[in-house]
Amino acid sequence: MFESKSGILLIGGLFFFGIAFVSNAVVPVLMYQEQPTPVDGLINGNLRYQFEDLAARYPEAFQAAYGDPPTDIAEQDAWLNEKCAEALLLGRKIYVGEGCWHCHSQFIRPVSNEEARWGPVSKQEEYQNELQMPVMFGTRRVGPDLSREGGRRSNDWHAVHFFRPPDLSPGSPMPDYAWFFDGSPDRPNQRGLAIITYVQWLGSWLESYPMYEQYEPPPEIKEAEEDE
Amino acid sequence: MSEAEKQDGTAIEPPLVETQLVCWYFYAALAFMTIAMLAGLLMALQLVRWNPLNGMELLSPGRWRMLHTNAIAYGFLANAFLGALHWSVPRLTLKPVQSRWLSYTIFAAWQAVVLATAVGILIGQAQGLEWGETPVWIDPVAQFGLLLVAINFMTPIFQVKGPMYVTLWYFLAAFVWTFMTYAMGNFIPQYFVAGTSAGAVGGLFIHDLVGLFVTPLGWGLMYYFVPILLQKPIWSHGLSLVGFWGLAFFYPLNGIHHFLYTPIPMFLQYGAIMSTVAVELVVTTVVINFFGTLKGAGRQIVTNLPIRYFYTGMVFYFLTCLQCAMQTTLTFQQVIHFTDWVVGHAHLVMFGVFSLWLFGIMTYLFPRLLGVDWYSRTLCEWHYWLSAVGVLVMVGDLTLAGLFQGYFWASLQPWDASVDASIPFWILRVFAGLVMFAGQLVFLYNLRKTVQLAKTQPA
Repeated sequence: MFESKSGILLIGGLFFFGIAFVSNAVVPVLMYQEQPTPVDGLINGNLRYQFEDLAARYPEAFQAAYGDPPTDIAEQDAWLNEKCAEALLLGRKIYVGEGCWHCHSQFIRPVSNEEARWGPVSKQEEYQNELQMPVMFGTRRVGPDLSREGGRRSNDWHAVHFFRPPDLSPGSPMPDYAWFFDGSPDRPNQRGLAIITYVQWLGSWLESYPMYEQYEPPPEIKEAEEDE
Repeated sequence: MSEAEKQDGTAIEPPLVETQLVCWYFYAALAFMTIAMLAGLLMALQLVRWNPLNGMELLSPGRWRMLHTNAIAYGFLANAFLGALHWSVPRLTLKPVQSRWLSYTIFAAWQAVVLATAVGILIGQAQGLEWGETPVWIDPVAQFGLLLVAINFMTPIFQVKGPMYVTLWYFLAAFVWTFMTYAMGNFIPQYFVAGTSAGAVGGLFIHDLVGLFVTPLGWGLMYYFVPILLQKPIWSHGLSLVGFWGLAFFYPLNGIHHFLYTPIPMFLQYGAIMSTVAVELVVTTVVINFFGTLKGAGRQIVTNLPIRYFYTGMVFYFLTCLQCAMQTTLTFQQVIHFTDWVVGHAHLVMFGVFSLWLFGIMTYLFPRLLGVDWYSRTLCEWHYWLSAVGVLVMVGDLTLAGLFQGYFWASLQPWDASVDASIPFWILRVFAGLVMFAGQLVFLYNLRKTVQLAKTQPA
């Protein structure tokens, strides 16, 4: 049995693979059965604020990418939501295609003081949506975790940073993403608007939004402040 | 009319081994290895901020980083394995593969798949699945290709009467496993499940790709080539059985250990951790078996270059798995997850073990395929030493870097401090990579000269 073709094919090839598939894949799938939230269900006030800020800050780029909004206020709201969902989807495609997820994780672990640095530990329901198919946990952190990045920095900060990261983060090993722009950081193109929207979405659903690192001034500054 | 036809009046049997095809697979493998190394070099230069090509879309280090891992998996490993399979399966079963025509079709189709993957990734269409970044529109083609590969090689294996040799257990299982693993990983988390469960499936995919595609083919080839080169049988048949069935049972159970401390339920994480430790015990039996085989022939490590490649790989394999059993524990995970430690581990197993084995196989086979001895044995030695020392330095360097990064992060120093602390390690890594690349260039040069020799020599 252990050296025969049928034994190897049926027991090793199929049965053992099956056990592993059931225990490592089917069990979590059955535990988390709720339908993944579609993209248009992911738009919240925080994200809309950032999206409208992009529209106000880069009107020409925004118009080139999404056209003119309807004049009717009620229609405008629906239109902005629709365009925001579009930007999120494209933004995720860029995040995957550029390999962002190979240097930036999207999950906060309950260990190693990560809660103090990045914010609340990641929960299962945060990932149950269509922008996490496949999930963007990531396996390496060359740069910071991004799962609570939304709202921490302004849209124009992100634009300049994507254009040439070391200008804002001296010593950063992140490459330039000049192709998100038409020549200068104040002229993001459709891809630039989309990736900024995607990054601003991360963590926008949380109570703690926007999440800032706990900042403790170094002892000498603390002393100086106390003396004053 | 040839001698064979004159004697029994039947048509000439097709040759058992299609040597030309084996050569072609090896050339393709080496071409993709060169590309993969250049891609890795680009990313390494970016990390130390020496990248002269920064800001060019098609040369984006993020995209080339994905090309790096995929070119190794599907370009180098798959091609080199297919070449070695085309040599070893017909010789073990004494039957040619299913069809010569099919073999060449698969060769062409597979190169098309790998090239399309590379182009797809470079134009920004990667899929969000680690080691499965193949753009989604290529996945079904690759899946079909794997099916054809299985049919082509399983036909001669099924014609074997009675019990099979160890190598064929591994191969037979690997054809089934690779097909299922590819289907599971590329389609389920993309189209059917989201979030945490997609992570569990993705973890299982990365893990099975190593454990159920690369590992069984690699060990199967070792069970074939080592006894032939040492001219003695494997030390213990019983241990071979333990090794194969232990791998078959425990290896696939480990998938979730790639995502510890995620929202995947803790009891599943514990299960994956325990079976990972079990794998280390199984691996130990296999390594003991091979060193038992070497007993009394130890001098061959010095004199026989392919044997040295194989046993160096086995020592690295043992180290990798020992590292695995430790780093999978939750205690180690706190520090080393997300750091360069893991990158070092990946290089140790993919380059230090499987690439060295395949280089050993190529070093042994090329003279037999081309009909001439190597142009220079000294250059073969150089290839060995540059590759082995290069990867050892890189892995040691990245492992240390990982520990530093982990402790920098846990101690809540500013993020930039951990990046600055990594720079010296990353610089050393560039040079270790250059050493490995130099080894590759030496091998390519030597191979080119050998092919020229073969052409000038009368058959």
